[in-house]
Amino acid sequence: MTTETRDHAAIDQTVTTRKEMSGLQAIVRTQPFWVLVSILAIGAVMSVVSDVFMTDRNMFNVTRNFAFFGIMALGMTAVIVTAGIDLSVGSLMGLAGIVTGLVMQAGFGVGLGFLACIGMAGLVGLINGVLIAYLRLAPFVVTLGMLAITRSVAMVASNNKMIYEFGPDQELFEWIGGESVIGVPNPVWVLIILTIVFFLAFRYTTWGRWVFAVGGNADAARLAGIPVERVIVSVYVICSMCAGLAAFLLVGWFGSVTNALGLTYELNVIAASVIGGANLMGGVAYALGAPIGAALMELIRNSLLLAGIDALWQQFFVGLFIILAVLLERIRNRSGP
Amino acid sequence: MTLLSLKGVSKNFGAIQALTGIDLEIQPGEAVGLMGDNGAGKSTLVKIIAGNFPQSGGSIEIEGRQVQFHKPIDARHAGIEVVYQDLALCDNLTAAANVFLGREIKRRIGPFSYLDHQAMYDRAGELFVELKSETRPRDYVRQMSGGQRQAVAIARTRLSDPKLVLMDEPTAAISVRQVAEVLDLIKRLKETNHAVILISHRMPDVFEVCDRVAVLRRGRKVADKAIAQSTPEEVTGLITGAIEAA
Ligand SMILES: Nc1ncnc2c1ncn2[C@@H]1O[C@H](COP(=O)(O)OP(=O)(O)OP(=O)(O)O)[C@@H](O)[C@H]1O
Ligand SMILES: [Mg+2]
Repeated sequence: MTTETRDHAAIDQTVTTRKEMSGLQAIVRTQPFWVLVSILAIGAVMSVVSDVFMTDRNMFNVTRNFAFFGIMALGMTAVIVTAGIDLSVGSLMGLAGIVTGLVMQAGFGVGLGFLACIGMAGLVGLINGVLIAYLRLAPFVVTLGMLAITRSVAMVASNNKMIYEFGPDQELFEWIGGESVIGVPNPVWVLIILTIVFFLAFRYTTWGRWVFAVGGNADAARLAGIPVERVIVSVYVICSMCAGLAAFLLVGWFGSVTNALGLTYELNVIAASVIGGANLMGGVAYALGAPIGAALMELIRNSLLLAGIDALWQQFFVGLFIILAVLLERIRNRSGP
Repeated sequence: MTLLSLKGVSKNFGAIQALTGIDLEIQPGEAVGLMGDNGAGKSTLVKIIAGNFPQSGGSIEIEGRQVQFHKPIDARHAGIEVVYQDLALCDNLTAAANVFLGREIKRRIGPFSYLDHQAMYDRAGELFVELKSETRPRDYVRQMSGGQRQAVAIARTRLSDPKLVLMDEPTAAISVRQVAEVLDLIKRLKETNHAVILISHRMPDVFEVCDRVAVLRRGRKVADKAIAQSTPEEVTGLITGAIEAA
């Protein structure tokens, strides 16, 4: 009896004071950390072998290019956490971009253009979410259908013409997407702010907790009283809105929009999330992984370009990295406890 | 006053008649063992009481008032907590996150409220100590033993002060020492005037902690008697059908 009491006292202490690992150890075990390490390694090699790589101009371009994918990858990450997928984000960019163009071309200000863009994106996300959550259709199928539908609507709405007149706020619109504040491109600022928002939302809100719970075990989440359907709808709406936001910025940067905007972007966005540690089986992902994954992809693209390798090889490496990321995840899971 | 009273509860899933005319009463501070062969309808009965799905017929009363639960949360508000047979945990979350799932502790700064991780770790740690389980609040459920998972599932029921705790095979797949701890917990629940329904295939468990035993066979209640007036042999016979009814 006495030994038992002592045991419990010991357990008392360890339970309340012992942490399984230190914060640093926990970070080292995550995928985004290792991707970040490889980004630094590739960057170090590139700055030695290429004179152009470290120039302000090149860095400015690299960061801006990856910002658009990073923004979309954040939304995609939320979807992937719930074991879902959204294939419609690329096409949605086309639709949202055209809608923005049409509204502003008609003489409305940039504010209204923005609302129309995000509103349209949110609507598409809502349709995706409701079909998936309430009618229980497979995310893959629903968003594949939406990929075709949104692109088609964008074509019809644009009458297959390019839009390059953005009404009275044209200058402001192009400034938002194309210029910088304190040397940092505006889309990068948006990405930074959004990453912080997602990080805090994942970690410190019940919404974030519930998104992960739904991805881990939707039945258990439901038994715990979590509104599973509403949580699922929310991630698709948010993912679509991120795509809309990226479209808004991208059109401002280009200074024009066609209905082909965002063609095949869904692949790069999903790749960025997965490389950033989002597990396609659901339940595991990192907010910081989205920009880090997007950064790696852009870095590879830029490096190939600077190394004089044909740009046609690009998708080969995107595909390779998706597979490597999934493989890395598998290996880490096996070696871990 | 009678805590829970089922009157003629039945349930069919399409053509499958899972439960037929079940009457069951539970008093505060009482533990009832619910026994029966695989597929007898035990989990189905628990899920009806827990609000997972509605009964097809019959009525449920709690403290004399008729209730109809639409969602698990309704049953929880009525003072019913459940440990599900499959435990219903999220592998990708920590022990503490699972304990508090759906009722997270939050803190407020101005208009913002955020999860109070430390408070949840602390409270979950206390609960695990109470349960005498070596479960660490920060560990992920994925890497836990059967007994630790059990502790997490049981700790969930300790967050509120429920009137009735339903336990669907809480002692399956855990060690002898851990079984003793779960049984201790049930005894403590009884002492504090909580009612417990224990589903178990383990005869000794039921005979150790329960006051009554109810036996289901193919969806019907074939026996309901005080433990003191029964024997493991009789209950075994009732479960298998060797004894028709008692
Ligand atoms: N959701 C469902 N849909 C259809 N049939 C079901 C459902 N849930 C249970 N059943 C059926 O109802 C009957 C009773 O099942 P139940 O799970 O209640 O048995 P049990 O007594 O808990 O068995 P065990 O000891 O194996 O846990 C079985 O025939 C089962 O197949
Ligand atoms: Mg069962």
